[in-house]
Amino acid sequence: MEETVHFATANGMLGSVWLLVAIPLVSAAILLLLGRRADRWGHWLGVAAIGAAFVLGLTYFFQLRGLENKQVQLSLWQFITAGDLKVDFGLLFDPLAAVFVLLITGVGFLIHLYAVEYMAHDEGRRRFFGYFNLFVAAMLLLVLGNNYVMLYFGWEGVGLASYLLISFWYGRPSAATAGKKAFLMNRVGDAGLAIGIFVLFAQLGSTQYEDVFNGVGALSQTTVLVLGLLLLLGATGKSGQFPLQAWLPDAMEGPTPVSALIHAATMVTAGVYLIARSNPIFSANSTLQLVVVSVGAITLLMGCLIGAAKDDIKRVLAWSTVSQIGYMFLGVGLGGAAYALAIVHLLAHGFFKANMFLGAGSVMHGMNDQVDIRRFGNLSKYMKVTWLTFMMGWLAIIGMFPFSGFFSKEPIIVAAFEREGWTAWLFGMAALLGAGLTAFYMTRLFVLTFHGPKRWTEDIEHPHESPKLMTVPLVLLAIGSVVAGFLLATSVPDWLTATAGLGGEHAEHEPVLAHWLLTTLSLLVTVLGAGLAWFLFRNGTATEPQPAGVLVTAARRNLYTDAFNEAVFEKPGIFLTRALVFLDNRGVDGLVNGLAAAVGGGSGRLRRLQTGFVRSYATSILTGALLVVAAFLAVQAGWLA
Amino acid sequence: MSELKLPSLDYAALAPILILLGAALVGVLVEAFVPRRLRNGVQLALALLAVLSALTMVILNADDRLLTAGQAIAVDGPALFLQGAILILATMALLLIGERSVERGGAFVAHAAVTAESPDDRRQAEGAGGTTEVYPLATFAIGGMLIFVAANDLLTMFIALEVFSLPLYLLCALARRRRLLSQEAAMKYFLLGAYSSAFFLFGVALIYGFTSGIPGRTAGVDFATIHAAVADSPASRTLLFAGMALLAIGLLFKAAAAPFHVWTPDVYQGAPTPVTGFMAACTKVAAFGALLRVFHVAFSGASWDFTPVLGAVAVLTMLVGAVLAVTQTDIKRLLAYSSIANAGYLLVGVLAPSKDGLSGTMFYLVAYGFSVIAAFAVVTLVRDADGEATHLSRWAGLGRRSPFFAAIFTFILLAFAGIPLTSGFTSKFAIFAPALDANQAWLVIAGVLTSMVLAFPYLRVVVMMWLSEPGDATPTVTVPGALTSAALVIGVLATLVLGVAPAPLLDLANGAAEFVR
Repeated sequence: MEETVHFATANGMLGSVWLLVAIPLVSAAILLLLGRRADRWGHWLGVAAIGAAFVLGLTYFFQLRGLENKQVQLSLWQFITAGDLKVDFGLLFDPLAAVFVLLITGVGFLIHLYAVEYMAHDEGRRRFFGYFNLFVAAMLLLVLGNNYVMLYFGWEGVGLASYLLISFWYGRPSAATAGKKAFLMNRVGDAGLAIGIFVLFAQLGSTQYEDVFNGVGALSQTTVLVLGLLLLLGATGKSGQFPLQAWLPDAMEGPTPVSALIHAATMVTAGVYLIARSNPIFSANSTLQLVVVSVGAITLLMGCLIGAAKDDIKRVLAWSTVSQIGYMFLGVGLGGAAYALAIVHLLAHGFFKANMFLGAGSVMHGMNDQVDIRRFGNLSKYMKVTWLTFMMGWLAIIGMFPFSGFFSKEPIIVAAFEREGWTAWLFGMAALLGAGLTAFYMTRLFVLTFHGPKRWTEDIEHPHESPKLMTVPLVLLAIGSVVAGFLLATSVPDWLTATAGLGGEHAEHEPVLAHWLLTTLSLLVTVLGAGLAWFLFRNGTATEPQPAGVLVTAARRNLYTDAFNEAVFEKPGIFLTRALVFLDNRGVDGLVNGLAAAVGGGSGRLRRLQTGFVRSYATSILTGALLVVAAFLAVQAGWLA
Repeated sequence: MSELKLPSLDYAALAPILILLGAALVGVLVEAFVPRRLRNGVQLALALLAVLSALTMVILNADDRLLTAGQAIAVDGPALFLQGAILILATMALLLIGERSVERGGAFVAHAAVTAESPDDRRQAEGAGGTTEVYPLATFAIGGMLIFVAANDLLTMFIALEVFSLPLYLLCALARRRRLLSQEAAMKYFLLGAYSSAFFLFGVALIYGFTSGIPGRTAGVDFATIHAAVADSPASRTLLFAGMALLAIGLLFKAAAAPFHVWTPDVYQGAPTPVTGFMAACTKVAAFGALLRVFHVAFSGASWDFTPVLGAVAVLTMLVGAVLAVTQTDIKRLLAYSSIANAGYLLVGVLAPSKDGLSGTMFYLVAYGFSVIAAFAVVTLVRDADGEATHLSRWAGLGRRSPFFAAIFTFILLAFAGIPLTSGFTSKFAIFAPALDANQAWLVIAGVLTSMVLAFPYLRVVVMMWLSEPGDATPTVTVPGALTSAALVIGVLATLVLGVAPAPLLDLANGAAEFVR
């Protein structure tokens, strides 16, 4: 039996932790409400707000380090009271929340800085920063809430911001469609999360983390399974995991800083956060954990396969995000000490993926906003900083020693091999295969973009390096890509033990293969994958689509998942809608219109009784009086009793 | 023959009533002695001063729970709450009555009886000041209403009824424009009012008969005697029930419940709009205050046997108000039918025999009063060369011409329709919830269904104002003078505040919801 969860009350400096949410929110409100008046200085306000939040976050982080009970909560006011349902507007600052706060505000600050220059020529820059700050506020609320309703509040907030930013260039049909697609698919997941919260309230009478974690032991296994699956549905929706992954690559229609911050570093990891935060629920049922692990494994392989077949630089990165989050799901699904490993990978990934997205943005900046890697090549000569920083990100993501990804990904692979029985082989091999594939397609991306002969379109003569304001964040993130993995892997698991439920012991199982062998193997597949890609693409590639085999064709078409969604959900959905519209027009509207006509007709007829003659009014009163008196007498006589 | 004993009077408790009646008498003297030029200002100041000082006395008396004037007047929670409500709403109405800048000379005719085309008529067409007798008349009416809601016996109640009704009949006849319509309305109101007073009085007589013969008590029409008689009178209960029915008819007439509502549309339309607002808000408070007291204090022993009958009246009232509102083409008649439907909702509250029902009804009266006066204030502003443009077709496209006032009117209509965040929602909730608790689900269902029907005419006006193109016939909104602005601001703010934060007033109503016997 695990010990009970108890959150201390925040006091002193930590009592003002709400400022973390309030500062970006106020800044967003100012930017969005002031309108054009804020056009000249609005972006700097946006950057300053996030910078201030980062400094505050750091201060709170050091405060928290000095505390005995590292989980402090703060109840600001009663948010909802309806019958038995009482929800506080409450915040929880604990080690898990703290690392997320630092990731969101730290990486967020760099990306904001980058965006000042990246969006400089866009008329909507102020609006962009307004939405961007709104996103940061919502994301911070998501990770800082001390109950599931607060989490849901932030969850919907980031969903809104994501929708607004994906369709930021709403004039483009593709951006508008991508926004709608993201919105709709997230609806599916969000509905799952909402129902999950309803179940929590129905079963436990509370949505506070404290009550839920202490009460989950008393629930039946079936309830825990259903609850966990609902939360998982929410998590897969937000994190672009199987089966709700299709929206994430399309979300790259938004400006590149959005892809970097929202659709790579932070928002899409909310699903991982949800599962890590709800670890007492997920750890309570082994079937549930198996489902999470399976989702992770399926997604990570799927992301690799599709990523290897795409030619759009941002989409390849997007699919690699899908795949890397698959690793994180694998980690949180394994449970125990692997929770911390998943969080480490999440943080490390935040750095190197933001780095690569911003690098991709820098490439696009120099190449007239083109995204087709078949049309790049040899850019290492022209964009030195972008090239070198991107290289750091590339080495990190493929897990090359001693870069960041090695320290964060390899332990997850090892942990997968630590499962019991045949599942150790299944998931372990999947993770290992994924590592090889990742090395292959990321190397393909890197080589095609920066090396080999140039294959540019005619209109490009001199690609240029991006301005300082863009390269400085790149350099900082690149440093993060190099060292973050080692630093995080050695400190974060320890730090996280103070979080509710994350203090698990190291798994008692030994991996089915020796640890050193696994490390060697994973490095080997990485080198093999990277080497193969280098060999195949060192001389560039054809600039036209090539005929391909079954697997590549399938991968180009997203493994037919879009076709599946279209056939199974969209077509019947459209048919159902049409049927309902027909029913509504003929049936419901007929009834409503009929009733309305009846009321109108009755009204017209009754109106004639209002003749304007006092005599008829008096008659009406007299008739009414007779009826009322008769009725009263009938009551008295007991006839109406 | 015993010596005549004078009842003791608690002057402090009676002060609000005495102040108003006294001010009305002074107002009559002002008419006689103050030069015409100054009269309007003096009268308005006097009336407002009287109302506000009476309100102050009501607030000072807030903790009184007593019977005075020989048990004829009850100064208790509901009486004080409703008196306060009447005084606040009357202040707003007086502001509208006193407005002289929207129309030159004000909304009232310069002389009560002017022959058409006579020199007097021409002078008033040129904007001679309206008759200032309206102020003492209104003050008398307000005083009568204050007695009406505090009356603790049926005769006092009857006298109060006449004291506030007679000035209202006169006020209705004093419209500056469309004078024949106004005079016709007053005549109808007077005739039918007299007719219904007769029912009331006949009911009093039957009740008096019923109270005779109780051991140890003399017959009488004070509520304590009636209450005792309901418990153990040897007289036939037919007298009681016939008497209750007739009393109820007299009161329901003033409350504008169907089928005793027939005067309402004609009178609301014909009366000068400030007076219509005054009637819609204050008369409603007074009539329902009396209904509450009669049924909660005098007849509570009859164990609410009559609930199904009055429930049927309530449903009929809601139906008639809602259905007939659908085809109205005149904004004032539309508001009249809305007022009828609201009488039906209020009856639902009256029929929930609990503390919550009582406080909910009182809350509703206040909330509705604020909104309805604000609505009529807007009506006074939408005008053309011929005065107010009340035909709905003239309001088409008003949103383009005068977005601010169209928005205010839209907000008030949404409040009438019971949309959340307006007082219309909270007040309906305050009435329907106790009715459900009292197992009167059928009344609540009827209330909700008719609210839906009623939403149609309200929204039709909204659609007309915003979605129609303004035509040549669309009048503009006159910029209101300070007085109308003040009334409008009070009404709209109250509608908003009571919708967002109803708790303080609900608590006040709850604390006041107990009658003394």
